[in-house]
Amino acid sequence: MRIDGKGLIDRTKPVRFRFDGKDYAGYKGDTLASALLANDVRLVGRSFKYHRPRGVLTAGSEEPNALVEVVGPTNQTPNVRATMQEVFEGLVAQSQNRLGSLRFDLLAVNDYLAPFLSAGFYYKTFMWPRVFWEGLYEPLIRRAAGLGSLSGRHDEGTYEKAFAFCDVLVIGSGPSGLMAALTAGRAGADVILCEESHAFGGRLLSDGGVIGGVPAGEWLAQILAELEALPNVRLMLRTTVTGAYDHGTYGALERVGLHKPARPNLPRECFWRIVAKHAVLAAGALERPVAFPDNDRPGIMLASAVRTYLNRYGVSPGKRVTLFANTDQARAVARELMAAGVTVAAIIDPRPDASAVEDCPVHLGAEVVGSWGRLGLAGIQVRKGGDVLQIETDCLAMSGGWNPTLHLTCHMNGRPRWSEELAAFVPMEGAVPGLVAVGAANGSMSTYGALTTGHAAAQKIVAALGRKVQIEVPQAEDAPYAVRALWAVEGKGRAWLDFANDVTTKDVKLAAQEGFRSVEHMKRYTTQGMAPDQGKNSNVAALAVLADATGRGIAETGTTTFRPPYTPVSIAAMGAGGRAEGFAPQRFLTSDQASRDRHAPMIEAGLWYRPSYFPKPGETTWREACDREVAMVREAVGVADVSTLGKIDIQGKDAGRFLDFVYTNTFSTLPVGRVRYGLMLREDGHVLDDGTSARLGEDHYLMTTTTAAAGLVMRHLDFVHQAFCADWQVRFISVTESWAQFAVAGPKARALVQSFLEEPVDLPFMGVAPVRVGGVEGRLFRISFSGEEGYELAVPTRYGEALFRDLVARAETMGGGPYGMEALNVLRIEKGFITHAEIHGRVTAHDIGMEKMVSAKKDCIGKAAATRPGLWGPEREQLVGLKAGAPISAGAHLFVPGTEIHRETDQGYVTSVCWSPTLGAWLGLGFLKDGRARHGEKVRLVDHLRGLDVICEVCSPVFHDPEGEKLRA
Amino acid sequence: MRLTCPLCGERDRREFYYYGAEDYLRRPAEGAPLAEWDNYLHLRDNPAGVTKDLWYHEAGCAQWLVVTRNTVTHEISGVELVAERKA
Repeated sequence: MRIDGKGLIDRTKPVRFRFDGKDYAGYKGDTLASALLANDVRLVGRSFKYHRPRGVLTAGSEEPNALVEVVGPTNQTPNVRATMQEVFEGLVAQSQNRLGSLRFDLLAVNDYLAPFLSAGFYYKTFMWPRVFWEGLYEPLIRRAAGLGSLSGRHDEGTYEKAFAFCDVLVIGSGPSGLMAALTAGRAGADVILCEESHAFGGRLLSDGGVIGGVPAGEWLAQILAELEALPNVRLMLRTTVTGAYDHGTYGALERVGLHKPARPNLPRECFWRIVAKHAVLAAGALERPVAFPDNDRPGIMLASAVRTYLNRYGVSPGKRVTLFANTDQARAVARELMAAGVTVAAIIDPRPDASAVEDCPVHLGAEVVGSWGRLGLAGIQVRKGGDVLQIETDCLAMSGGWNPTLHLTCHMNGRPRWSEELAAFVPMEGAVPGLVAVGAANGSMSTYGALTTGHAAAQKIVAALGRKVQIEVPQAEDAPYAVRALWAVEGKGRAWLDFANDVTTKDVKLAAQEGFRSVEHMKRYTTQGMAPDQGKNSNVAALAVLADATGRGIAETGTTTFRPPYTPVSIAAMGAGGRAEGFAPQRFLTSDQASRDRHAPMIEAGLWYRPSYFPKPGETTWREACDREVAMVREAVGVADVSTLGKIDIQGKDAGRFLDFVYTNTFSTLPVGRVRYGLMLREDGHVLDDGTSARLGEDHYLMTTTTAAAGLVMRHLDFVHQAFCADWQVRFISVTESWAQFAVAGPKARALVQSFLEEPVDLPFMGVAPVRVGGVEGRLFRISFSGEEGYELAVPTRYGEALFRDLVARAETMGGGPYGMEALNVLRIEKGFITHAEIHGRVTAHDIGMEKMVSAKKDCIGKAAATRPGLWGPEREQLVGLKAGAPISAGAHLFVPGTEIHRETDQGYVTSVCWSPTLGAWLGLGFLKDGRARHGEKVRLVDHLRGLDVICEVCSPVFHDPEGEKLRA
Repeated sequence: MRLTCPLCGERDRREFYYYGAEDYLRRPAEGAPLAEWDNYLHLRDNPAGVTKDLWYHEAGCAQWLVVTRNTVTHEISGVELVAERKA
């Protein structure tokens, strides 16, 4: 129920929202949880395993029970913590993990089967018979597993990722974080202050109090106003720092638009990578539940949460509240409730020596041992001495003390330290370099302790940054934190530790009894701590129960490993920009528009987009266009854009020597004006890349790489140069994007090219010459990747489009035209030219029949390793041609006809295939054991995936013009 | 993870390409026995502690770097240019 006059919500701004099909009203500033509690909705979910009715337990991101689905216009987000989701006009949420309605969940039958569903029941139950594994058990388990459901559609929401840098990252904006941010901010440091909630202030918003003689709210407003005014301080609300990583890098998730109605371009979330020279962990502490029998009814919640709902949201979660707590601090909530006019039925304090003076009944040395109420709490049983009292109550506030929120300090393998005094784990100093924990996160539980430790840590950082600041720490509450450990209460019935995953004290004891004594084993056996809250509410209590069951201390028992993220991060946020094309760069040829104008479908080649084929009217399949283009090149002339090939300009006195070192063959002897095909190996003796290099001048070469390996080759050249010959006089740079280069191939290629040149050039095969084309300096190479007489004409990129359009137009008057990647591929297969389909990283120069290209007269990269046994000889699979009368496929494997088809009889595989319109047959390139000695043999080609089984003839890989007469014409 | 490139300054690791142990820098001489090549190409230590490895500032200055780092603490204690390394 709503309490008049309390809370920080904006009562002038009512908000309507919907939960499970019913309309409710809340206020701006409410969370879904606070608004539901204000409407007396206590039942908000069903537990994971037993489908027990559950209500709100906490008021923060650690909530294990109140997980709901938020339904948006295009998406549905499961497992949203109702305690974090702010209400907004039109918010639609629904409960999850139920079959039927929330009140009548058919799967609640699991609760009656609980005796059979104890820890490890999966492992015990679904063992036999084996034939049931896949058919029955797996679908059954899969249906039961998982929490919440998705829309089943693509998430159309916008997500972002961003980087930020600062001197000081302050994590949490309670008193310690504010003090740290203020100190560093006033000193002029570059500060980022991240707050997970939708308002700054941390526990100050819930607990009130007096700081520096003024109400905490007033102090908070002053500090925030100052921080907001400082240009060197960035305030980030709704931002959870989720992980600490190497070298001062932190991950953070900002909920940018989740608290507003969806609209286009409003990002839902942003994943930040924040690089900070120093970081202050001021994340506070999390209150612990107590494991007493039936402690999971809706209405039983943490005392600190009750206080938050009362003071921050103006809501009392009950009309007749009881308190079960083992600290003096927790008593405050009872007093504040009474002051607000709410009945407090009793305070139950297990400490026999605590104060009994309150304005309500106080039971010292007493424990809650049970509860009743079907879908919500109606009363509790209290054991005091030998008696059991029955107390009617609709809300029990419980507190078992506090756990410092030290997760980030353990993200780099650090382990926390057990403090007997605090009955809690505290951070190990220096566990994350550059990160220091302050305030409650470091075990300083009073407000004054928070302020002083926040200030002190910031002062050290300020000094390390070479800055100075004078600042006074204001006076505040500094009561000692008197806690006595209370983990579990013995009694009849199940006492819950992990609410989200339905793990009870009995399960943990059973794990210990069955030999899972290590905390890591217990966790996996019981699934404790593996739910969405990752054990924030249960880890310490569970290992305390385990410690007890195994007769060890808590420190000895230890904790499980803390891993990022602190709270769940949606994959959509982490992968922002990665969906569809996303941020992937696209590289377009200068001829791109001209190709698209001709309706050429584009195909991706790395980042490049290249035309696949150029359809003519009447052509209905790609094959028709491709066959026509192949014939066009073989009979007239074709033009293709080959600018995607990598081009590396290499200059210097030692340029030739350098090429001799990276290529297997020799380039220092290449005459100026000539081009040579070169083969490049990796140091392990396998082929890295191939291509041509031209000698443009005495100390000037132009290397061409394949499209796919352009970046790889550049990296390789840089390595060889810097690692082995940094003192040689050679420099190189990528000029791939500086030149547009067009292949002109076919019997009429020479005539077409000459018609463009201002002065005719008579180039021999494998020659290069500077030319002038339409007043522009260009280069003409006589090289061929088609087997026809071929030229490549290069001009500076900005003239590429004009030249392409002219070349194509003039080619068309000669019976030619443009050709695309499909025809280019057919032409090169017919000629037996290899691409990275063949030099795929596992083949040697010997395998492709180029061992003679490895010069005996000089060293080169990969030469030594290429001679290793096993990398050459008849047992190797060698490049062959394959000819067939029926369709064949790349990826198929080769067998000797008549032998069985299995792995051991495998003779090789196919890498490239095409229909050859020139030869009227299906052609393939592939690798066959001892293939060069087997030309003329028949092999059986089998492709199980495509259902092919074809007899092929093994032949030379060069099908077309084997003597090369056309090339040299 | 952050690396301080001697030319470009402190940068995110996404700008760098990782290659492997710095052993690659000690290429055997031409004609060295195959065992020596085998060692150079394939045999690597897997230290718990300080190690030196090769990174390439691919999205930066295109320099190859020798990075001295600790595999246990992840501390980076030195970055030098391959081209200017002390032998």
